[in-house]
Amino acid sequence: MIVRIMGEGQYRLPDEKLDQLNAIDSDLERAVSAGDQGAFGMAFPALLEFVRSGERVADDDLHDSDAILPPGDSTLAEMRELISGDGLIAG
Amino acid sequence: MSIFKRMSTIFKAKANTALDKAEDPRETLDYSYQKQLELLQKVRRGVADVATSRKRVELQASQLQSQSQKLQDQAQKALSVGREDLAREALTRKSGLQGQIDDLTAQHAQLQGEEEKLTLASQRLQAKVESFRTRKETIKATYTAAEAQTRINEAFSGISEEMSDVGLAVQRAEDKTQQMQARAGAIDELLASGALDDATGTSKDSITLELERMSSNSDVENELAAMKAQLAPAEAPKQLSQDAPGAAQPQQPAQQPVQQPARPQDGDA
Repeated sequence: MIVRIMGEGQYRLPDEKLDQLNAIDSDLERAVSAGDQGAFGMAFPALLEFVRSGERVADDDLHDSDAILPPGDSTLAEMRELISGDGLIAG
Repeated sequence: MSIFKRMSTIFKAKANTALDKAEDPRETLDYSYQKQLELLQKVRRGVADVATSRKRVELQASQLQSQSQKLQDQAQKALSVGREDLAREALTRKSGLQGQIDDLTAQHAQLQGEEEKLTLASQRLQAKVESFRTRKETIKATYTAAEAQTRINEAFSGISEEMSDVGLAVQRAEDKTQQMQARAGAIDELLASGALDDATGTSKDSITLELERMSSNSDVENELAAMKAQLAPAEAPKQLSQDAPGAAQPQQPAQQPVQQPARPQDGDA
């Protein structure tokens, strides 16, 4: 599967890693929903690191992603805003 | 819903909205390509804007640095004439400046980071736009409108995601740059008004004047010494040899009675 980290580009991860990825994603989801800064500070970097362990997709590859992550330097507040989809994504 | 899925849904919704507007889907290829070129322009302007802000912060930091150095020199000068109070005052003000310098250094690092990110984003977009252009020409040349739809969808979703991403990157960089420009404007005003000299809030005018008076006094002394040296060129070699023990001529001033009234050391004691 292809995962995009916004502001960084796309990474290709083997499909068998999907369960692992979902588990880390759930941690993040819980932290963001609860507004738990401490948990967010753990879960988000863990998720980023996991995705970055994948293989980079070439710049000229025109493939949409199966999953998209907010920019790596997003704050908890920014992420809440991003996933609400209110006018943050240009275009 | 997971973070992943929500983000992807938002992106896909945007891509679909763009496609729904199309009548002959092949026509939208050119239109989208135009949009891509515009975005590419925009991200390049973004890189230039961030670079401008970065340079401004650099300039301000170096101005503050030289003010700080000046205070350091003043403190040293004050201490050398036994005015610890003035030296303390100068150093206190210097430490006030240090906070501003640290702040600017942090801003500089942040701007540099944004600049690098946008530069890379611009390279990625450029590569994708180029790829899209090639595919667009192939689709237009090879497929009928009916056949083209699937191919176009593929090309669109790939580029549209990148465009949303780059669009957001530019927006974030602009936001950060604007915040910093407001602060940079405030520092410019402070620098212009000289208020940074008064960082401690104490009434510094007399102290600065005193430091300046002392520094001009020592300038006067230095100049006087230079003039005396010129008046007695024959003494010059001996003066140079003063550093060597044994060769020193401590009675030198006595050889030149003219010097006595103007002896700088008397004035400062």
